[in-house]
Amino acid sequence: MTYKKPVQKLAGKIREITLGENLKLGGESVLPFYSFDGDTGHKPVIGMEIWDVHPENWPTTVMEELGDRVRNPVEWAKFCEEKYKPDFLCLRFVGANPDMGDRTPEECAQIAKEVAEAVTLPLVIAGCDSNEKNGKIFTKVAEALADKNFAFLSAVESNYKEVGAAVGLAYGNIVVAESSVDLNLAKQLNILLMQLGVKPEKMLMNPGCSAVGYGYEYVITTLDRIRLAALDQNDATLQLPIIMPVSFETWKVKESAASVEDVPEWGDQEERGIAMEISTSVGILAAGANAVVLRHPRSLEVVREFINSLIQ
Amino acid sequence: MALTGMDIYKLLPKKNCKECGFPTCLAFAMKLAQGGVEAEKCPYMSEDAKTRLSEATAPPMRTVRFGAGDRCYTLGGETVLFRHEKTFVNRPRFAVAFSDTMSNEEIQSKIERMNKVDYIRISEEMYVEIAALECKSGNKDTFLSLIKRVKDGCKKAVPMIITSDPEIARAAVEECRESGPILFGADEQNYEAMVNLAKQYNLLLGVTALDQEKLYDLVQKIQNLGYRELLLSTGSTALKQVFDDVVNIRRTALVSQDRTFGYPTAVFAHKLAKEKMMQLAIATLFVEKYASVIVLDDIDYSLALPLFALRQNIYTDPQRPMRVEQGLYRIGSADENSPLLVTVDFALTYFIVSGEVERSKVPAWMLIPDAGGYSVLTAWAAGKFSGKTIARAVKEFAVEEKLKTREIIIPGKVAVLKADIEDELPSWKVVVGAEEAALLPKFLRDYTGKKVS
Ligand code: B12
Ligand code: SF4
Repeated sequence: MTYKKPVQKLAGKIREITLGENLKLGGESVLPFYSFDGDTGHKPVIGMEIWDVHPENWPTTVMEELGDRVRNPVEWAKFCEEKYKPDFLCLRFVGANPDMGDRTPEECAQIAKEVAEAVTLPLVIAGCDSNEKNGKIFTKVAEALADKNFAFLSAVESNYKEVGAAVGLAYGNIVVAESSVDLNLAKQLNILLMQLGVKPEKMLMNPGCSAVGYGYEYVITTLDRIRLAALDQNDATLQLPIIMPVSFETWKVKESAASVEDVPEWGDQEERGIAMEISTSVGILAAGANAVVLRHPRSLEVVREFINSLIQ
Repeated sequence: MALTGMDIYKLLPKKNCKECGFPTCLAFAMKLAQGGVEAEKCPYMSEDAKTRLSEATAPPMRTVRFGAGDRCYTLGGETVLFRHEKTFVNRPRFAVAFSDTMSNEEIQSKIERMNKVDYIRISEEMYVEIAALECKSGNKDTFLSLIKRVKDGCKKAVPMIITSDPEIARAAVEECRESGPILFGADEQNYEAMVNLAKQYNLLLGVTALDQEKLYDLVQKIQNLGYRELLLSTGSTALKQVFDDVVNIRRTALVSQDRTFGYPTAVFAHKLAKEKMMQLAIATLFVEKYASVIVLDDIDYSLALPLFALRQNIYTDPQRPMRVEQGLYRIGSADENSPLLVTVDFALTYFIVSGEVERSKVPAWMLIPDAGGYSVLTAWAAGKFSGKTIARAVKEFAVEEKLKTREIIIPGKVAVLKADIEDELPSWKVVVGAEEAALLPKFLRDYTGKKVS
C-alpha cells in the first residue's frame, strides 16, 4: 500500500475582522496552523499590556526597561510601540476599579484619547474587575475614540446591552464578547449581541482564559469545540476571531508570583513567569485563539517566532 | 482497514447454532463489526479467522510500552483527536538530551538539573522520565561510558538509545537492558538488524525516515518482519513540517483507520530550536497535539512547571473532573484551637491550598463542603459555594463539637460571602483570607501571630 495523506476539508471559515485601520484577524478555514489542510488565514497577532496606573509586582527587567514611563501611559505606549513592535497595544484601566482608585470614566476617556493620538498601533481597551464599572468606562472611551475600530475587552452577560450599544452601535468600535469557558454560553452571548444590532464585523470573542495548570483543560476543550463548531459545522454565530488576555491570568499564579526566597528550588522568578506566559499563549493559539495579550517582551519575541515558524 | 459485517460473516462457520448467543452467524457478525461483542463467543471459528478478526478489530493505535519495574510506561493507544470526544489516555513522556560528545561537566550538570526537577502536583509525581542518549562520536566505548554515567546519575530516567549503528546499538542495549530502554534508530538501511535486536530484547523501537511517505513504507517493511512495538518520527527539521507529520500520522491512524501509522510519535524539540523558551513553546504545542515522547535540551523548574501542569490538564478525563471527598481535614498537628479554613472540593484547588497550608507550617483544619467539584469562583457563580453549603458542612462534619474556634477563613475571591455565611452561622465570625493560595503562608502566620499576642 502507498501512503495517502489525510486531508480534512471543512465547510466553514472564520470571519475576517479588521482591528484599527488595517490589522486583520481571522480568515482561516482550517484548524490552527493546519496549513496542510488549507488556508490558515491571517497570522495570529500579539498585543502588549499597558496600565493606567503604576503597576505593582511586574517583572523586574520589564520595570527597568520601562523606567519612569510607567507613570505615564502615553510615554509607556510610545515606548512599547517603538521598542517591541507588537501588533497592537492593550490599554488596561486597572485604576478604574472601585477598590483601586476608582478612576472616573471621563478620566479614562481622556487617557485613552491621548494614547491613541500618540501611537499608530490599534488599541484594545480593557477594563477593571468590575463589570458594572466597565460598562460606564467603555461607553465614555468608545465615544472619545469613535469610529476608530478599536476593540473593547469585554462585554459580558451582565453588561452586554450597555457595552454593545455604546461600543458597537453608537461609536463604531469592536465589542469583545466574553463568556465563561463554555461553548453554549459563548454562542448565546454572540447571538444576543447580534440581536442587539451589533454587526459581526464589529465583534470578537473571548470564551474565557486561564493559566496552564489552572482549569486550562477546560479552556482548551472549549476552544477546540468552538473552532470545530465554526469550521466543521459551519456555525456562523461562532465564526468570530478569538482574543485572549493571557497575561491577565498568568502573572498572578504561584508559578509566576512566588519569589525565589519563597521557593528557592524553583529558581529565577522572572524566567518562570515568562515560561508560564509563553506556554499558556502557545497552548491557546494552537487551539484557536487569533490574538493574545502579553506582558513580557521576551514572551512576545518567542511567541512571535513560534507563530512565524508555523506559518511562513 | 476495518472489516464490515459481511467481511466477518464470510469468516464464520455459518452453522447458525446460536451458541454465541445470537440467532444467526450473520447477526453475530454484524455485532462484531460494531465492536459490541468478543470474537471468542463463537467456539467454532478457525484459528486463521480468529487472527484475521483480532487484527481487524484491534484499536486503531497500538499501545506500546517501555521501561521496567515501577518505571514502566505506556504510550499510544489513543482513540480520539480531541479530548472532549472521549479522553486522551497515555500522557506524553519528557526526555532530556545527552550526547557522547558533550564535555564531562556538561553531562554532570545536566544530570544534576534533571534530578532536581522532582515534585508532586495534585498527587502525581513529576520528573523527567527519559534520558535521550545520542551516539554522535561513532565510538562504542565513548557511547557506553555516557550510558553508564547517565544510568548511574539519573536513576529515575529510562534510557533512550539513539544510534543508527546496529553494532553500537547492541552493546548499548546490553549496557542498560534491565531498565527497558527505547531503541531509537531503525531506518531504511539498518532496519532488519534493528528489528532483530528489538525483538530479542523486547524493546520499543524508534523508527525514522525522511518524510511521511518514506516512513510509511518503512513501517510496512518492519510490520512484515512481524514487529509492532514502534515509535515513529520523521527526520523533518522544521517545526512546520514536524507539526504536519505528527498531526497526519495521528489522523492516518484514527481517521483513515490505517494502522500502518497506528503508533505513537516522538518529537525532538531540541533539534527544532536551540533557545530554551522556544523549545518550551514547541513542547507545549506537541503536548496538545499529539506527540508521545518529547525531547528537550535540558530541564529546570521554569520549563517543568508549565509543561508538566499542561500535560496533567490535557490528560485528565473530561468526563470526570478530579474531586476530593468532602470533610474536615487535619493539616499538620492541628488541635481544637488551630485555625479553620474553608475551600471547595475541586481537587486542583484543594491540593494547591492544602500544599500552601503545609508550607506555612501552621497546623490547621480545612473544611471541604459539597461545592459540586468546582473551583472557588466557578462554584460560587454556580451557587454551590454559599453560606448554606458551608453551614451545612459545619453541621455535617460536627465542626462545632470537634473545634473550639468559632472563626472560619474563606478564600479572598469570595469575600462577598462573608455576610451570607455569618447569617447562616450566627455564632461564627468570618475572616476573609488571601486571594491567591500562594499568599496563605504569610496570611496564616500573621493570623496566628495576632491570636497569640
Ligand atoms: C475551568 C473553569 C470552569 C470549569 C469548571 C472546572 C472546575 N472543576 O471548577 C467549567 C467549564 C465547568 C466552568 C463552569 C462555569 N464557570 Co467557570 N471558570 C473556569 C476557569 C477558566 C478556571 C477555574 C480554575 O480552575 N481555577 C483554578 C483554581 C485552583 O482556582 P480557585 O479554586 O479559585 O483557587 C485559588 C484561590 O481561590 C485560592 N483559594 C482557594 N481556596 C482557598 C481558601 C482560602 C481560605 C484561601 C485564603 C484561598 C483559597 O487558592 C487557589 C490558588 O490561588 C475560571 C477563569 C479563571 N481564569 O480563573 C472560570 C470562572 C471561575 N467561571 C466562571 C463562571 C461564571 C462559570 C459558570 C457559572 C458559567 C455559567 N454561567 O454556566 C459555570 C458554573 C458551573 C455550572 N453552572 O455548571 C467565572 C466566575 C465569574 C465570577 N467572578 O463570578 C470565571 C471567573 C470565568 C469568567 N471570567 O467569567 N468553569
Ligand atoms: S456460535 Fe459461531 S457458528 Fe454458532 S451461530 Fe454463533 S457465529 Fe454462528
